[in-house]
Amino acid sequence: MSVGIVGYGAYIPRRRIRLGEIAAVWGADAAAYERGLELHEKSVPGADEDTITMSVTAARRALARAGIDPLSIGAVYVGSESHPYAVKPSGTVVAEALGATPAVHCADLEFACKAGSEGMFIAAALVKSGEVTHALAVGADTSQGAPGDALEYSAAAGAAAYIFGAADLVATLDAQVSFMTDTPDFWRREYMHYPRHAGRFTGEPAYFKTTFGATRMLLEKTGLQPKDFAHAVFHQPNGKFPMRAGKQLGFTQEQLETGWLSPWLGNTYSGASPIGLTAVLDKARPGDRIFMVSYGSGAGSDGFVWTVTDRIDEVRDAAPRTRDQLDNGKMYITYGVYAKLRGKIRMGE
Amino acid sequence: MSTLNPARTAREYPARYRLEAARCEACGAVSFPARLVCPACRGRKFAAVTLAPEGKVLTWTVIHVGPPSHKHDVPYALAVIELGGGVRVTCQIADVDPAKVEAGMAVKLEFRRIQQDGEAGVIAYGHKAVPA
Repeated sequence: MSVGIVGYGAYIPRRRIRLGEIAAVWGADAAAYERGLELHEKSVPGADEDTITMSVTAARRALARAGIDPLSIGAVYVGSESHPYAVKPSGTVVAEALGATPAVHCADLEFACKAGSEGMFIAAALVKSGEVTHALAVGADTSQGAPGDALEYSAAAGAAAYIFGAADLVATLDAQVSFMTDTPDFWRREYMHYPRHAGRFTGEPAYFKTTFGATRMLLEKTGLQPKDFAHAVFHQPNGKFPMRAGKQLGFTQEQLETGWLSPWLGNTYSGASPIGLTAVLDKARPGDRIFMVSYGSGAGSDGFVWTVTDRIDEVRDAAPRTRDQLDNGKMYITYGVYAKLRGKIRMGE
Repeated sequence: MSTLNPARTAREYPARYRLEAARCEACGAVSFPARLVCPACRGRKFAAVTLAPEGKVLTWTVIHVGPPSHKHDVPYALAVIELGGGVRVTCQIADVDPAKVEAGMAVKLEFRRIQQDGEAGVIAYGHKAVPA
């Protein structure tokens, strides 16, 4: 039985803050940051946007492209490290808003930046087992970096949703792997507002080792080589890492560019590689093979090989395209407004 | 701080989460939120319908001094939106400079946070209009 994506959707908030605006507040060298991280601006959620609202909009767009009855969705997984409630699932709100309740299995997932692909991995496996007809997986985040920390320049907001099924596919899932070790590169303890990270340790021993591990595992499993793919998407914590990782693994700039959104989007954490994949599906041609590897600190990567079907041309325009959301309707804000929206200002009673 | 009753919040889910309305089986008038008696013909039999989220601004005002639950949102536009079929809903317009709102402006309803019961209470979700 062939299993894969029936519908996909992305949501990117309209607000943006430029790196220079952040750097000016902390006396940092904006040009050095832009060059070092290959990052120019990032998305910022409005005060009325959170992981749940972005998940609902992305999921509705996936539903519009899937063209299925929401009651046929048997599982809803929302992956995020910024669920609005510490206790009470995000997925229940998403399922209720879609009209998928009550015969639906639901769980919130958390694994730093790979919680979204984790949901995709499980959703695809559940459909493959025959347990459910359709399964929804969402990756969404409104993550925060501590004021002045390097993460503040990249932590952004966005969501991507995928509906998996066994019929009317827009892309088949040809293989999936997971590569995981215990790697303490980034964490946030209970009740802490901001995460901590291990500086340069987050690069070579964490992101690159894990991304390379999953990539090699996936190529070995499928017997394919980088040249066999039309597109490749990697986790994008900044503009630099995914390009460098992809090229070291043998992919070309052309293969990497379509799903490379981070220079103008920032790091959407659980949404990162899933949103990258939506941008690729927006452009891909029937028959294109797509390589995707996520990364979540802690640390692990999920890897997928997809093949686009003829149905892509029928569903593509049933919802807003990802690049259009990234490039159009932007609202630039100052650091002061950003601090207010992100709850960084201590308020009176 | 607002006080949100979780039971009431949950009862309003069909309208607030899914834009579910009621169409009178006698005269076809659509009520949103759903009613027990049709305001047009006093009919009592309804069929559930889901409103399409696309509409246009009929009229609006700009709130400069909001209630405590919305005091950090000011200034914001509060509008009457006409959806397909003539159904009207009152809601905020988000993601827009309130000075740029115009009658007839095309909008769509999007799922947003409406208010929250302080830092520890329940969060109420629903729909706001955003530029289409």
